[in-house]
Amino acid sequence: METISFITSNLGLIAHLLGQHLYIVFMAVGLAILTGVPLGIFVSQHPRPGRWVLTFAAMLMTIPSAALFGLMIPLLSIWGQGIGMVPAIIALFLYSQLPIIRNTHTAISNVEPSLREAARGMGMSSWQRLWKVELPLAMPLIMAGVRVATVINIGIAAIAAYIGAGGLGSLIVRGIAQSDTRQLIAGAILISVIAVIADYALALLQRALTPKGVIKLNNLSMKEATS
Amino acid sequence: MIQIDNLNKKFGSITAVENVSFTVPEGKICVLLGPSGCGKTTTLKMINRLIPPTSGRVLIGGRDTAELDTVTLRRSIGYVIQQVGLFPNMTVEDNICVVPDLLGWDKVKSRKRAAELLEVVALEPSKFAKRYPCELSGGQQQRIGVARALAADPPVMLMDEPFGAIDPINRDAIQDEFMRIQRQVGKTVLFVSHDIDEAVKMADCVALFNAGQVEQFGTPDDLLARPVSDFVANFMGGDRIMKRLRLLQAADIACPTPPQELLQVVGDQPGAASWNAITVLPSDDLRQVLCQLLGQGREWAVCKDAHGQFIGYVHQRDILARLIDNTAAVA
Repeated sequence: METISFITSNLGLIAHLLGQHLYIVFMAVGLAILTGVPLGIFVSQHPRPGRWVLTFAAMLMTIPSAALFGLMIPLLSIWGQGIGMVPAIIALFLYSQLPIIRNTHTAISNVEPSLREAARGMGMSSWQRLWKVELPLAMPLIMAGVRVATVINIGIAAIAAYIGAGGLGSLIVRGIAQSDTRQLIAGAILISVIAVIADYALALLQRALTPKGVIKLNNLSMKEATS
Repeated sequence: MIQIDNLNKKFGSITAVENVSFTVPEGKICVLLGPSGCGKTTTLKMINRLIPPTSGRVLIGGRDTAELDTVTLRRSIGYVIQQVGLFPNMTVEDNICVVPDLLGWDKVKSRKRAAELLEVVALEPSKFAKRYPCELSGGQQQRIGVARALAADPPVMLMDEPFGAIDPINRDAIQDEFMRIQRQVGKTVLFVSHDIDEAVKMADCVALFNAGQVEQFGTPDDLLARPVSDFVANFMGGDRIMKRLRLLQAADIACPTPPQELLQVVGDQPGAASWNAITVLPSDDLRQVLCQLLGQGREWAVCKDAHGQFIGYVHQRDILARLIDNTAAVA
């Protein structure tokens, strides 16, 4: 009850923090799509150097978030950006790489070889093949990677409050510092709720971006698998 | 016309194709036949350069294909594969229009062309144009595959075991259909197959491959009646003499003179007596006719067209004579 009354009496503050939180997460994921998808394509086309890309992205994922945020401070201080939103966005951007690169890579490599052969045999250049065949077919899996990255980042972004990035994590940080359970719980609940909402919204986007023929195909193979 | 001139392909130290040369005349179907791993598919793929040849030339219409860039070359050659390879993200119509779209045709024109081609492959355009590949049966998918290869009206078609994954009953139907389409469009077709019956049925000429080389090149009848080696004879099968009969139709040997046995009963009146006789169509192949005669213990049958018009008598004796006659080329 106390938590609810805290939320209702601080709507302005919460809206502000929510805005910051979403800004950090979507900036990071947006930038990560711009790099992760091309890297994933690169990995699927050049498996040997590509393995190193995947290993490196996986290594980034293993760095504890507190440590990564801590690492950002001295590094980015050089440009006077040691604390605040910039290091938070960069850290989350790095965390997003693995799910996006890996899913793009898996999706492109899973395109049936016969489709690739038909595309080549009919005279598509490798770009046309990518654009007209491989990416549309890979879309559901790439979007699944984006969803994973987004949900992970919404959680990790809470910790970014410690380096002054703001966001809903501030409620948790303050709640701990002031032994104020209301703020702590409000922060935690709100973060979970937006994670669930964002995942659902992206699921809708995933469906919208998936070609209709692929949705039908997937429904069909689902039916076969369950019957 | 496709001329294949001394084509070779080595993968590392393995020779996949060795000194292959043959010419396929304009508008003919040439079947590349042979056991798996004999180099027939490699040869086919060297024509549209999906596999670059180690040495040798391929000329299409007298032009060396090495002079064209691969993308231009491939857009001018129809390509059909066993797995069909329809793009699941595109509608049937968009699949058919892949090459026209690559060539930058006007959308209205290419979609009209797609509808035409759906008619050609006997699929109702209004029903199928907007469907997706996953909503079609295997046979329907391969019809679309053929339509897609025909879309930009290429003079040459390459077909890599196109009907190999279709069940036998539908395969027979789609083969017949392809032959009907071919009579209409007259493409120069190279067709990879390991199925002798398919080769005998469809080919104007056959290149029989063995271990990367062409063992024999000739008409199906050449290979069946005059194999140049034991390999060819074995590959064509112990019943190859019988297979020759598939190359002939009842109309080819139907003769208006009634057989002796019949004359004794009804006198000299051609076509008068068809009572109680077996009737065959002019388009029935002789293997079918002979089976009917043997099965019912008859010496002869009456050949009538679909309208019941009398064509002639087909006699067992004449069919058998064709088997023994090893030198006469089949028309």
